[in-house]
Amino acid sequence: MNLLNAVVQGILLGGLYALVAAGLSLIFGVMRLVNIAHGDLIVLAGYVALVAVWATGLHPLLTLIVVVPIMAVLGYALQRGVLNRTLGADILPPLLVTFGLSVIIQNGLLQTFTADSQKLQAGAIETVSLALPGGLAVGVLPLAMFVVAVLIIAGLQLVFYRTELGRAFRATSDDPSTARLMGIDNAHMFALAMALALAVCAVAGVFLAIRSIFDPAIGPARLLFAFEAVIIGGLGSLWGTLAGGIILGVAQGIGAEINPGWQLLMGHLVFLAVLVLRPQGLFPKGSLA
Amino acid sequence: MIDKTLIELPTGLTSRRRFVWGTSALAASATLWRPTIARAADAIKIGYVSPKTGPLAPFAEADGFILGGIRATLKDGLAVGGTSYAVEIIEKDSQSNPNRAAEVASELILGDEVDVVVVSSTPETANPVSDQCELNEVPCISTVVPWQPWFFTRGGDPAVGFDWTWHFFWGLEDIIAVFTDMWGQIETNRVVGGLFPNDGDGNAWGDPKLGFPPVLAGQGYTLVDPGRYQNLSQDFTAQINAFKQGDVEIVTGVVIPPDFTTFWTQAKQQGFNPKAASIGKALLFPVSVEALGEAGHNLSSEVWWSPNHPFKSSLNGLGAKAVADAYTAATGRQWTQPIGFAHALFEVAVDALVRSGDPKDKQAVVAAVAATKLDTVVGNVAWGSGPVKNVAKTPLVGGQWRRTPDGPFKYDLVITSNSVAAMVPTGGRMEAMS
Repeated sequence: MNLLNAVVQGILLGGLYALVAAGLSLIFGVMRLVNIAHGDLIVLAGYVALVAVWATGLHPLLTLIVVVPIMAVLGYALQRGVLNRTLGADILPPLLVTFGLSVIIQNGLLQTFTADSQKLQAGAIETVSLALPGGLAVGVLPLAMFVVAVLIIAGLQLVFYRTELGRAFRATSDDPSTARLMGIDNAHMFALAMALALAVCAVAGVFLAIRSIFDPAIGPARLLFAFEAVIIGGLGSLWGTLAGGIILGVAQGIGAEINPGWQLLMGHLVFLAVLVLRPQGLFPKGSLA
Repeated sequence: MIDKTLIELPTGLTSRRRFVWGTSALAASATLWRPTIARAADAIKIGYVSPKTGPLAPFAEADGFILGGIRATLKDGLAVGGTSYAVEIIEKDSQSNPNRAAEVASELILGDEVDVVVVSSTPETANPVSDQCELNEVPCISTVVPWQPWFFTRGGDPAVGFDWTWHFFWGLEDIIAVFTDMWGQIETNRVVGGLFPNDGDGNAWGDPKLGFPPVLAGQGYTLVDPGRYQNLSQDFTAQINAFKQGDVEIVTGVVIPPDFTTFWTQAKQQGFNPKAASIGKALLFPVSVEALGEAGHNLSSEVWWSPNHPFKSSLNGLGAKAVADAYTAATGRQWTQPIGFAHALFEVAVDALVRSGDPKDKQAVVAAVAATKLDTVVGNVAWGSGPVKNVAKTPLVGGQWRRTPDGPFKYDLVITSNSVAAMVPTGGRMEAMS
């Protein structure tokens, strides 16, 4: 019974990890950029939502109407203004720049919002749960997060494989020079990909901000599990990222059931096992998705 | 002042080269500009290290307010042994990082040549700074760390103690007494669930010999301890399962704020509603309780300092309430517990410097620190009667966060247990949560 509960809660937690990791996976897939500031951008989205709540009194989930476009525009500007200049044969410059970005975001938030812990208050939905047979209780909010994660990943998959834009993304990713010959503006493509990634970050940021408290320094902790989910699932594969998140969440849940000290350890062990036995990840798919 | 400019001129150099430059400049100035050196030495320098940025930043949030007040009080200097000295307070940020804390402490000692170091807030800040001071033989006063993690983690031997580092705060034995006293006030089945993380605090609390388990067993409580977990866990299902199965009615632990929010929300989702939850660390700051919305009502926590403590400052004569009110008036924010201790830290330092007879003689200063008997805004601080040589204990009480629909702030901390510190008045009795 307990084990079953651990698995169910682990799957829901996996949805959260996948939601956080989706943007990271997307960016890596399109431009081979490892975004160290990903966690901090998610926290930033939380703060944007917080300001929106203060200013308008909207329900935190409704602030997504504002937060998603703001983050998307920010992503476009960030890519065009900064990150595009660092992309090249060498993978180190973008890594270092995003690392610097992470430091800047953290300290900027600290200056603006102080070190206070913040949380978005979503009211009753936070603690409501559905009773399942066998005495299981599933929180409505974790369930909603899981469903949203699946929908977002399905949506991204659709964009990448069923639309003109997706074809351009994949072309740019596969062979930037040829793509340019075919009249694709790579800089614009990369910027659109970043905009899309930060739009997903915005959703993750708002959900995380409702789920637990956040402060300017908490971003890097969000990044770790996202990385693991991406690697387990296979670099650049979106469905793989969802699977990676769920595997990580379930491994942690089962680990904790054995002993709480094993919770994170079990997740890391699964991650290491995948790296050793299948370095390309569980569902690698060529270069992208 | 000439020597100071010389030291700071070549900022482009690495710190080691700057240090060499600085020392040679000092050596040169010692022979050439002796009068300047003598005049510069007239200022007493107090070095202050606290975590202004990073995850521990809430502890240092009131620093600006406290230091402003201290500087205003000391603006005319200090008269020590018939000489008047200007006082300079040099602040350093540990960035919540123990390595950085050690680095800035050594900058204070070797670069600024401070006469005394004061340091506050968590083992991650106070321990490395204390270690640097012990090593370099500079008097150091520290606080806001329960004394066991400060003393034993640094390899302290109760029979020997330390020479240069002195600490005032309460200990684990006090918080255990406070929590069990609070639980005794309500009707429960005396089954306690423990949330002890795998960090310095969690291991100390859960220690089978020195922590909660032996005391709880002695008082007829049953402890359900699922085991040490890692900080920043995203899922507490295993603990909630164990607590539900063990029929736990009281939850305790020393949990970082984000983890407690995760645990508490999940507990509600999964239908676990204990009658009391007394948590160390997570509930210190009003903002963390407000973050829980309605669900923060009647959570309980340790209280080291509050506006209701019947103490007053030896520096400016203001009572605890006046200090807290001044903070709220100046910042518009609710009082927090570190305010009193940051103030008291400077009270103790100034008192020792004055009694030393010669603030530039480090032996004299440290002897004066050791002989401290001072009534401060956090209570009496006197080394010699504590559990070990370098530790002075301050009173600890416990309280419950109550919603205040009419008050200026969302929650108020009401003191509900004073069994170990009877001088602090209580504001009510414990109430069960559900």
